[in-house]
Amino acid sequence: MAIEAPSAPVLGQALKRKEDPRFIQGQGRYLDDIRLTGMLYMSLVRSPYAHARLVKIDKQPALAVPGVLAVITGEDLAGLGLHWMPTLAGDKQMVLATGKVLFQYQEVAAVVAESRAAAYDGAAAVEVEYDALPVLVDAKHALDPGAPLLRDDREQKTNQIWHWESGDSMATAAAMAKAEVTVKQDVYFPRCHASPLETCGCIADMNKATGRLTLYVTSQAPHVYRTVLAMVAKLPEQMIRVVSPDVGGGFGVKVGVYPGYVVAVVASIVTGHPVKWVETRTEHLGSTAFARDYHMNVEIGATKQGRVQALRVHTLADHGAFDSQANPSKWPAGLFNICTGSYDFAAAFVDVDAVYTNKPPGGVSYRCSFRVTEASYLIERAMDVLAAELKMDPADLRRKNFIPPERFPYTTPLGWTYDSGNYPANFEKALGLIGYDDLRREQTERRARGELMGIGISSFTEIVGAGPSAQFDILGLKMFDSAEIRVHPTGKALARFGVRHQGQGHETTFAQIVGSELGLPAADVLVEEGDTDTAPYGLGTYGSRSTPVAGGAAALCARRIREKAKKIAAHLLECGEHDVEWADGKFRVAGAPERAVTMQDCAFAAYTNPPPGLEPGLEATYYYDPPNFTFPFGTYVAVVDIDPGTGEVKVRRFLAVDDCGVVINPMIVDGQIHGGLTEGFAIAFMQEIPYDSEGNCLASNFTEYLVPTAVETPHWETDRTTTPSPHHPIGAKGVGESPNVGSPSAFVNAVVDALSPLGVRHVDMPLTRERIWRVLREHGVVSA
Amino acid sequence: MIPAAFEYAAPKTVAEAIALLRGADSGGKILAGGQSLVPMMRFRLAAPNLLIDITRIPELRIFKEESGYLRIGAMVTHGELERSAMVGERYPLLASTARVVADPIVRERGTICGSLVHADPAGDWGAALIAARAQAVVTGPAGERTMPLDDFLVDTFTTALGEDEILTEVRVPTPPALSGGNYQKIERKVGDFATAAVGVQLTLSEQGAVEAVGIGLCAAGPVSLRATAAEGMLIGKVLDDASITAAAAAAATQAEPTADTRGAIDYKRDMVRVLTSRALHAARAAIRA
Repeated sequence: MAIEAPSAPVLGQALKRKEDPRFIQGQGRYLDDIRLTGMLYMSLVRSPYAHARLVKIDKQPALAVPGVLAVITGEDLAGLGLHWMPTLAGDKQMVLATGKVLFQYQEVAAVVAESRAAAYDGAAAVEVEYDALPVLVDAKHALDPGAPLLRDDREQKTNQIWHWESGDSMATAAAMAKAEVTVKQDVYFPRCHASPLETCGCIADMNKATGRLTLYVTSQAPHVYRTVLAMVAKLPEQMIRVVSPDVGGGFGVKVGVYPGYVVAVVASIVTGHPVKWVETRTEHLGSTAFARDYHMNVEIGATKQGRVQALRVHTLADHGAFDSQANPSKWPAGLFNICTGSYDFAAAFVDVDAVYTNKPPGGVSYRCSFRVTEASYLIERAMDVLAAELKMDPADLRRKNFIPPERFPYTTPLGWTYDSGNYPANFEKALGLIGYDDLRREQTERRARGELMGIGISSFTEIVGAGPSAQFDILGLKMFDSAEIRVHPTGKALARFGVRHQGQGHETTFAQIVGSELGLPAADVLVEEGDTDTAPYGLGTYGSRSTPVAGGAAALCARRIREKAKKIAAHLLECGEHDVEWADGKFRVAGAPERAVTMQDCAFAAYTNPPPGLEPGLEATYYYDPPNFTFPFGTYVAVVDIDPGTGEVKVRRFLAVDDCGVVINPMIVDGQIHGGLTEGFAIAFMQEIPYDSEGNCLASNFTEYLVPTAVETPHWETDRTTTPSPHHPIGAKGVGESPNVGSPSAFVNAVVDALSPLGVRHVDMPLTRERIWRVLREHGVVSA
Repeated sequence: MIPAAFEYAAPKTVAEAIALLRGADSGGKILAGGQSLVPMMRFRLAAPNLLIDITRIPELRIFKEESGYLRIGAMVTHGELERSAMVGERYPLLASTARVVADPIVRERGTICGSLVHADPAGDWGAALIAARAQAVVTGPAGERTMPLDDFLVDTFTTALGEDEILTEVRVPTPPALSGGNYQKIERKVGDFATAAVGVQLTLSEQGAVEAVGIGLCAAGPVSLRATAAEGMLIGKVLDDASITAAAAAAATQAEPTADTRGAIDYKRDMVRVLTSRALHAARAAIRA
């Protein structure tokens, strides 16, 4: 459906992605493609134990390996005060372990060598003596009186990190007590990992002559890295340049600062050479930011007719050994209190207890940085549990409870104000397209023959675009984002942003926004991101915030350019500025539209013939502080058939009808949806990082941590409705997260629906064949 | 993910390869497709001193029917077999196996013989070729010896190969008339090892009774397993739902799967039952009139 770029770009065109020719021809320039003169390699020694005292580290065998130049330990870093670093969540984290280790694969020492192979050999040769300590794996036992205390470095001698509440607990309890019907369900969202194709890595290059540090790093948020580095390494911030080259997928894993980066910086300072460190897949899965691991208990109170009244959620959050999630300061559970979803609840209350365990830290990656996936899964699953209790069609239950279109902007009992929405229209479009009523009839026939067919619905609401500065910051940095546009004399433009794309298509979509605001072809707008020396300050790309925040900055920055160009146009048209109108991509004289100049004319004049008294040039910068979040939504429907012999679930159909407001490029939106649905499918059916009782990671490579191929992946059907955001400069809402946020519940609802004749109300993810087989067995189903 | 240091040699003849193996003093490893060996080296689970690359030995590419056998040389890849029209027509068991080995990329490099030498009980070819009653052709300094595959596969990662021997060929009997075969596999995703898999090779008499049957079980014990009890129960019987159900149950009983992330023992054992039943049905359906 892609078309060639026309002369004048219009929002909503399926322009081919400008970045694709280099990516699909293998000409992207990723971190590991960069080789600097004199570059050394670093490899990390990691703990085989989940919890152990560090008795002794012997560097000598490693130093004896040919090519090994240095071995760095936590004690070495302690001398520099760098053995701990702050996390983006206000906790602190060990850089290299001192005293003890708290999870398997924790960073213990670093080996710097002349070649990658020598660094490996050296890391294998370091001898570390451990004294094993009791391991805490199950978050549900973290607060038991006998539980081992993990973080004895903290003042608070408990494994509880924090307790957080949202909503009115008294009002919710009262409403729950009065409800005619209540349902209660435990729901676990397993620990999983985004595992982008490119693992994490960096090259730290401290130039001794200039005293300047350049850090090439796989980062979704290069400016945040620069500031954190300045704070951690106590280097002057102007002496740090962070470059995030082409990024091979991020999904939130590349937001936080990892110990390896800090050690590589130290190694470069110590050796005087550039030092490259690139993780293996095992290091990536075993130590970088995991996702989810939320143990949730949900209760809904409703009338017998199915009108929901109260929602209560208790959550136990397993954060691993350090609270290193990148969440806004005031929102330790992110945006989890979006969990009232698309429904009109009178009362709601949520609390979250976060605990430490002997597992790697993280918690907020995988195409949703702020716990919205957990919230959406919870409410969509709970609505189906309620429907089962009421013996009501889950579609009808949803229809009864949607927030009506006329009540937007709508404020939830947990405090969010949804900008816009038309849930019934989106919902009915989806159910119509999939043929819901026919599917239910088919299901009745199949059930009569003993076949297991299920239909699952998710009618989710997302919250993206963090965030308004009044409430949102990371380490005090307000969550605005920025754009800088330079229009050159020949009418071509360079646009730079504080965000950093990792496949989202910014080089195309932001060119479309800027181009359409300035009357320039998208091909004439070069988009650049990722270099802190050139890009304006910004918080980065995650949480579907690029379009809502940086996209807003792009439009408003372009309008700032247009304001100045208008003065130039008046000069060129020899009329007053108030007589100039912007129409059809040109400045025209009011009342004489044939008298017009283009943006190209104005750009040339800005450098060759500026109006007297006007500053020459045509450039602008804009820092956009969004007035509110945006609230994309959608209806997803899954149709599944279960093989009663093996427990295999076949996803026969999957339809996603998204509403992400005004669409900039429908092809890119479809691509985002396809990718996110594939991830949601993987999460629902195959992905989990389990740990054994000793804290050993049981999914530390692609043999055990499963990423679906084209063979497993269902065919995706997509469609859209469009409800613009009333406050966003171009009405766009963001879309990247929606398919990952919205789809797991559709898959699980479909599978539970298929099993519902057996009396099944819930099955936890991942829905492996074995898990389904076990449910079938427990209910007496044996087949061949 | 970087192997330990090793030497590399690329002989042009089998004799040269064997001489290199002898000279390596147990430290030599044959490299064919490298689809099991190289990952093991990258994880440093294998650290040979010398890699002997046999990809340039033309005689190991033999792949043809001769004297009642299909001869599959050591360098024949899964992909070649998968694309072979002759295999598709006359060896439905092999064709249905080749389609589900690993993933398409691995199939283009990996070899049938390499998979057998690796002797992973979760490898597909062990089970399929036991069902097919294949012969292993082993070449060493003293020449060639031939043995049933059942004897070649000794234990997990262990074969009957001597330190200076190479599996140069595997020979699959050309099925007589009224034969059919099928391979059934459950895997978590394409490219994963089998959770469970079953191969069946079947020949019926004119009267419809089972004249010959081979049933091989994958990932059902320390070594690729022949379901002897199930085979014995079926000989001389009419292949109907009752006999298939009974044979499937017997195969499940004989299976000795181990628990791992692919499933617990009871699940895997039951999958042997389900897949044996399905493979027998499909093998019968594959018989052409």
